[in-house]
Amino acid sequence: MMWASWGEFWAMGGYGLYVWGSYGAAFIVILIEIISLGRGHKQTLKRLKRMKAWESQ
Amino acid sequence: MLRFLIAVIRRDLRLAARRKGDWMTSQFFFVMVVSMFPLGIGPDPVMLSKVAGGVLWVAALLASLLSLSRLFADDHHDGSLEQMLLSPNPTVLLALGKALAHWLIYGIPLLLIAPVLGVQFSLPADAIGVLMLSLLIGTPVLSLLGSVGAALTLGLRGGGVLLTLLILPLYVPALIFGAGAVDATLSGLGAEANLSLLAAFMVMTLLVSPWVAAAALKVSIE
Amino acid sequence: MSIAIFKYAAPMNFYGLAGRLIPWFAWSSGILTAIGLYLAFFVAPTDFQQGEAYRVIFLHVPAAWMSMFIYMVMAFWSAVGLAWNTRLSFMMSRALAPTGAVFAFLSLWTGALWGKPMWGAWWVWDARLTSSLILFFLYVGIMSLWSAIDDPRRGDKAGALLTLIGAINVPIIYFSVKWWNTLHQGSTINMTKAPSMAAIMLAGMLVMVFAAWFYAIAASLVRVRGIILERERQTEWVAEILEGKA
Repeated sequence: MMWASWGEFWAMGGYGLYVWGSYGAAFIVILIEIISLGRGHKQTLKRLKRMKAWESQ
Repeated sequence: MLRFLIAVIRRDLRLAARRKGDWMTSQFFFVMVVSMFPLGIGPDPVMLSKVAGGVLWVAALLASLLSLSRLFADDHHDGSLEQMLLSPNPTVLLALGKALAHWLIYGIPLLLIAPVLGVQFSLPADAIGVLMLSLLIGTPVLSLLGSVGAALTLGLRGGGVLLTLLILPLYVPALIFGAGAVDATLSGLGAEANLSLLAAFMVMTLLVSPWVAAAALKVSIE
Repeated sequence: MSIAIFKYAAPMNFYGLAGRLIPWFAWSSGILTAIGLYLAFFVAPTDFQQGEAYRVIFLHVPAAWMSMFIYMVMAFWSAVGLAWNTRLSFMMSRALAPTGAVFAFLSLWTGALWGKPMWGAWWVWDARLTSSLILFFLYVGIMSLWSAIDDPRRGDKAGALLTLIGAINVPIIYFSVKWWNTLHQGSTINMTKAPSMAAIMLAGMLVMVFAAWFYAIAASLVRVRGIILERERQTEWVAEILEGKA
């Protein structure tokens, strides 16, 4: 193991802000994309169903 | 072929002569944007001459985009654009003619106004000459690439802003070489390299963009 | 072989194929990300020049590569679509763009966070950074053009034309900025000085590149399925899907 403690791991040799700032941003941005993808697909299905129901009336 | 091209250009020139107000607006926009900069960054002549090339070029990009948003819009509105597309003449020539007309109407005046603004920015005479030359070579790029954007955004809501968003990134090489030519003259390096690269870029857009603009026009009108 | 390609060029068949492929790509991307992160943080040693800060490149390099690669793929699909008028190619291009923009943004963001400790500046007007920025602008422009055009067929072709003209322009921009940069002696930073990369670092980076690649495929397939449903909503098979899920 190359990190003596979790504290050292998070500190990243003094570069914690830069390293975790990058990984954190990537995590958030990709999480947002995944969530919006999942919701977008569901909403498309729902909307199309509603449109169809409306058209068949 | 050539006759059709000339007819397209002459038609636009005549229309522009009738609508002097539009034409003046675009030129005054250029003058005003440039005049704002010394007020913003201070009157120091050394600094002003340093930024002059970049400021004038950026203002020229914006001014040309302002007028480009209406490049096809008026003809589209009164239906003459559709007729021209239906005519047996190649659409490429129509697109090329419109872009050239735009250059004559809006590009050439910019380079005639530029010396006055250059003096305001305390540019030396040789740099002013290079500035005019760079605008002479570079403004066709603005009209040609812009005509692609104008064709793509024809008839869309918010077309003007959208056009700026699409085309401004594509103007980057022209801006770099154009403003760079002025800069190189000031620092004594000579502007030849910048100007020849700008000319190469201009020739390339001249060869490519009329085709793309013609394709875009067909897509937008259908 | 060619029959299979034609079969999947039909949106209906591709919808099913994409649905079957998505879990595979999503899971492999997840697993590769886990392996890559493990390599990046627990196996790769501290760089003797850059300290721990270099660990950003495990993210930065894949993001930068993918932002360019996705644009190239979009340009390819745009060209195919314009040449043969295949609807699915335009849909693929549309589905790829948001993910490409995400990677372009991430490459700028992580580049800034890497540059600050390494070169002492968040941003320099270097050829690579500037052309990444312009690439991001292009993604934004293409997506706003699509969103401004209501007619899907016009949007498809207009977006494809813009994508292609952008693809011609990006290399020109890169070289013009590079050349501009050599004249302005402002940034004396030598960006090409890559850290002497240990094999394990390279391995970690490649794993992350593949993770990003599979993620991009999965995300764009999900998106293209939505687009296909939307476009084909009048057809029988979409009606069946909608009823089956009701």
